[in-house]
Amino acid sequence: MLKKSHYIILFFVVLLVVLLLQLPGAPMGKLKLAISGLFLPLFGLSNTTHQWFGQAMQGLAPRRELQRQIDQLRQDNEELKLRLAQDAQLEIENAHLRIQVGWAKQIRWRLKPARVIARDPANWWRSLEIDLGSHDGLRTNLAVLTPDGLVGRLQSVGEARSQVVLLGDPNLRVAAKVAGPGPANSETGIIAVNSSTPQEEGMIDLDLLSGASGVEPGQSVVTSGEGGVFPVGIPIGTIVDKRPKEYGLSTEARVKLAANLSGLEEVWVILP
Amino acid sequence: MNWRPTMFVLAAAFVAVFLEASVGFFRKVLGAQVDVLPALMVYAALTLGFTTIVLVAICGGLWFDSLSLNPLGASVLPLLLIGLLIYRSRELLLREHVFAQMVLGAAAGAAQPLGTLFILLNKGQTPLLGWLTLWQWLVMAAGAGLVTPVCFKLFDRLHRALEYQPVTQTSFRPDREIKRGRG
Repeated sequence: MLKKSHYIILFFVVLLVVLLLQLPGAPMGKLKLAISGLFLPLFGLSNTTHQWFGQAMQGLAPRRELQRQIDQLRQDNEELKLRLAQDAQLEIENAHLRIQVGWAKQIRWRLKPARVIARDPANWWRSLEIDLGSHDGLRTNLAVLTPDGLVGRLQSVGEARSQVVLLGDPNLRVAAKVAGPGPANSETGIIAVNSSTPQEEGMIDLDLLSGASGVEPGQSVVTSGEGGVFPVGIPIGTIVDKRPKEYGLSTEARVKLAANLSGLEEVWVILP
Repeated sequence: MNWRPTMFVLAAAFVAVFLEASVGFFRKVLGAQVDVLPALMVYAALTLGFTTIVLVAICGGLWFDSLSLNPLGASVLPLLLIGLLIYRSRELLLREHVFAQMVLGAAAGAAQPLGTLFILLNKGQTPLLGWLTLWQWLVMAAGAGLVTPVCFKLFDRLHRALEYQPVTQTSFRPDREIKRGRG
């Protein structure tokens, strides 16, 4: 049923695909963003509909409920103001101590909010797209987080959109350390895919801990700042359990993520 | 060649990829996202021509990969292979039967991720694979199987509504009319 011309077309299609598959990371990322740019009108439409629906629902909310929410927000705002004042004191004290000890000055994070517009349609990756790009000062490898904790890093950046690779994806490894009270405070490891249940969202592994690691369930895990991609101190999650690896030469701990990756709608990008 | 059906299928593939990326209902409820492209490919291969199969494979595959961490082009070849296999033997397949459509859709929905994973693994990528992958694979196959008859119904109805339908010739011919009675 296939004619000679069909075979020629097939040859060129296969050649095109092989060439595309051989493209290196950066040009492929740019080409992907260019192709996915075709979806921008649909993403815009979806965003507008979402906003319109949200406004319509707000209009339908009873006055008493709105008043309750305003009161709650006022209370939270006052509490946060008090904490901010306290933190400002601590910050000054911290800066003085850092100067005395000779440590480098800590830089405040510059954060930019972004809306999640799409998720990876393939079941075997963890990534999403956000509505910020190079126009907003973004570049690759910047950290993405929520108020709860680290979410991932920017994989590729277009003009108005960026692709974020999430924690739990094989393409993302994070240098992390154990924080908080406990015998293994400041012990470092690498955040990797959960080896027992790789597809379970919300669970990852803290790998390459020492064989005699004293990490305990309940201890928190934060970024260590090693590697230069993620700033130090971003919360990642809490240790659930641990097990020896490679005949006891190293230890692997399961970590429950602090951020809920399946319900992300808005994230924050740490600007350089 | 009439390009309108091809355009409809390509538009459907575009919207399907967008919905797969932006609507997380199936992911939340079933733990896996259903892929509609294999179902569209089954329709294209059984109803339309070679050009449409190639276009759906290239456009659908590239659109899908552009929103995913898949390397660009990883979904194209499996889709093309599915389309060509069905196209080669479409004279033998019962296009009108819903059950046949479902079986073909499910087979395509099962084959497409396997083909893509085969390419990914051969390219040295490490996709997330585990026991849950088996469940996701079943959901994708079943989803494509269920969507395929819907695609057939939808596109056939669209075709009837928008395309020129030739007037059916009746067997009545005035010159052959038998006049009864006394003429």
